[in-house]
Amino acid sequence: MQYIPNILFLVALVLGIGYFTRNIRKVIRNIKLGQEVDSSDNKGQRWNNVFRIALGQSKMVVRPIAGILHIVVYLGFIIINIEVLEIIVDGLFGTHRAFSSLGSFYGFLIASFEILAVLVFVSVILFWIRRNIQRLKRFLSPEMKGWPKNDGNIILYFEMVLMTLFLIMNATDVPFQQMNSGNIVSKYIAGWFANTPEATLHIIERVAWWLHILGILIFLNYLYFSKHLHIILAFPNVYHGKLTPKGEFKNLESVTNEVKLMMDPNADPFAAPAEGAEAPAKFGASDVMDLSRIQLLNAYTCTECGRCTSECPANQTGKKLSPRKIMMDTRDRLQEVGDNIDKNGSFQPDGKQLLDDYITREELWACTTCNACVQACPVSIDPLSIIMDMRQYLVMEQSAAPSELNVTMTNIENNAAPWPFNQMDRANWINED
Amino acid sequence: MATPIKVPTMAEFMAQGKSPEVLFWVGCAGSFDDRAKKITKACAKLLNQAEVEFAVLGTEESCTGDPAKRAGNEFLFQMQAMMNIQVLDGYEIKKIVTTCPHCFNTIKNEYPGLGGNYEVMHHTQFLKSLLKEGRLKVEGGKFKGKRITFHDPCYLGRANNEYEAPRELLQKLEVELIEMKRCKTRGLCCGAGGAQMFKEPEKGDKDINVERTEEALETKPEIIAAGCPFCNTMMTDGVKSKEKEDSIAVMDVAEMIANAQDL
Repeated sequence: MQYIPNILFLVALVLGIGYFTRNIRKVIRNIKLGQEVDSSDNKGQRWNNVFRIALGQSKMVVRPIAGILHIVVYLGFIIINIEVLEIIVDGLFGTHRAFSSLGSFYGFLIASFEILAVLVFVSVILFWIRRNIQRLKRFLSPEMKGWPKNDGNIILYFEMVLMTLFLIMNATDVPFQQMNSGNIVSKYIAGWFANTPEATLHIIERVAWWLHILGILIFLNYLYFSKHLHIILAFPNVYHGKLTPKGEFKNLESVTNEVKLMMDPNADPFAAPAEGAEAPAKFGASDVMDLSRIQLLNAYTCTECGRCTSECPANQTGKKLSPRKIMMDTRDRLQEVGDNIDKNGSFQPDGKQLLDDYITREELWACTTCNACVQACPVSIDPLSIIMDMRQYLVMEQSAAPSELNVTMTNIENNAAPWPFNQMDRANWINED
Repeated sequence: MATPIKVPTMAEFMAQGKSPEVLFWVGCAGSFDDRAKKITKACAKLLNQAEVEFAVLGTEESCTGDPAKRAGNEFLFQMQAMMNIQVLDGYEIKKIVTTCPHCFNTIKNEYPGLGGNYEVMHHTQFLKSLLKEGRLKVEGGKFKGKRITFHDPCYLGRANNEYEAPRELLQKLEVELIEMKRCKTRGLCCGAGGAQMFKEPEKGDKDINVERTEEALETKPEIIAAGCPFCNTMMTDGVKSKEKEDSIAVMDVAEMIANAQDL
């Protein structure tokens, strides 16, 4: 009978980690629905970016208030998790504060956890105020209605509750308080329980301990359903982020081959494709499977902070385009495709696609390709590349450019300039007054 | 407008069996747009003054394909790119300077993948290097002490991380440079990029160039400096929409340098 808590703990741990692993595998499978892309180059620079941008949060502090609050919560998350190790050891082996034999170092660790817990709690409250009372514009965009708004708040509530439980668990732990080492914050909370009988304290401590670890396991499993997945994916996402100048848009290889053939005077104009040759690749993207794996990873990584959208010139002047919505739509559609595969074994056409059913043409054509969204993203997401791929589909597969652009392109093709001027007049400026 | 400008073509250089120090890529706006032609001329005058042996392609130049690519027509872009690369390679061009950040970006970043490898400089970068070498004179003249704000072109700034060259030149002009709230990495687009120049904007509550011009006007400038013919058009239109065209000029950095010396 005495092993029941240990067994219950093991069951909870296995279920919690098992379900999470299963869902992460789904994420990986879904990302692999995208086109393969080689990012095995420049390992040094990529790791450097991971340290600087992801671990070092260098792009977060561009906006100092949100940036510093985020660093507090992020540090708290990383450091307080050391405590989870002890909880797991205690839970599995029935020990109590297994690491306390470390003596004064243990006191130092717990003291820093307690201080961070308070700082995280305060930061999270401030985040909540920014979202719900101060009502910052970037949290009120149309795409933030409903679930995205609730998701943001649920995450904050989770963190408030977890931090509170951690402090209560310490405060009601009589032997720990008697040790009087590391209880830098909890000793004040312990004062509130001064008249509580020790047996009751023990029950409160146990309840808080169990709720704390169960809360962590539930939160872990919540990630898959939430924008909060960024706490894991930000790292690989930054690693695979674009390294070339932001202005460099990739050249489509399938087009290069066609153009070379057209420009080769020795090419046989009547040549049929070789037997068994692959069908020419689809130009651009109309659905998530046409996007690259990195773009799909981008979509799962997006935590909907909206810095991209608040910097977007089109969005700021009231156009429908919101780079954040591009990422959210991509993830929602990818998730829909994933669920379809779960249900049917393989993807069965559902009469829907990313274009039109999620992202409208009006949004795509409002982009000025200014790269403000790419610059703003703290975790190296590239919404612009998705917009460009979808424009390519519209123009090259559907000939569905806005009519003024068709005129522009015809001009370029016929007289080598976007306007209807004669190429032979190109040097006239030299002799004009 | 004292001395006539000297602008030889590549064909002329070739005929003499010579090759220039640098090719001046004029671009479509610089060749055809009346406002942008003035920027082209100012730049040519500065190159003349610095005794740079340069040439233009003249009638052999063609759109880089930037608007086509950014409109989604990769096919047309690559056709343009490959034709241009054939011409450039035919003349054995090594170094290119251009007054258009879009041409600059496309030739510098997107041509190498299609076989065209050149050293490409935006004119503000090239002028800065001429200044460093002591070949170009930049002095305040009539701009000394004037309140000026600089609008970062997206395709020079964020796209290629060049924020300093135009500012260094402006500082040499001894102007009082006032930055807009959104500048450098966070500079707001003028609204012309991504082929928007050639179409009507989508429905919204404001035009982007008006938004940007309002921000520029907040700095109370006498001149809004730009480094891109398209930004120039957009900001000029913005200033007109605010009926400030009599008091506030929109000028390219090259025009200001040439103007300061009455070239």
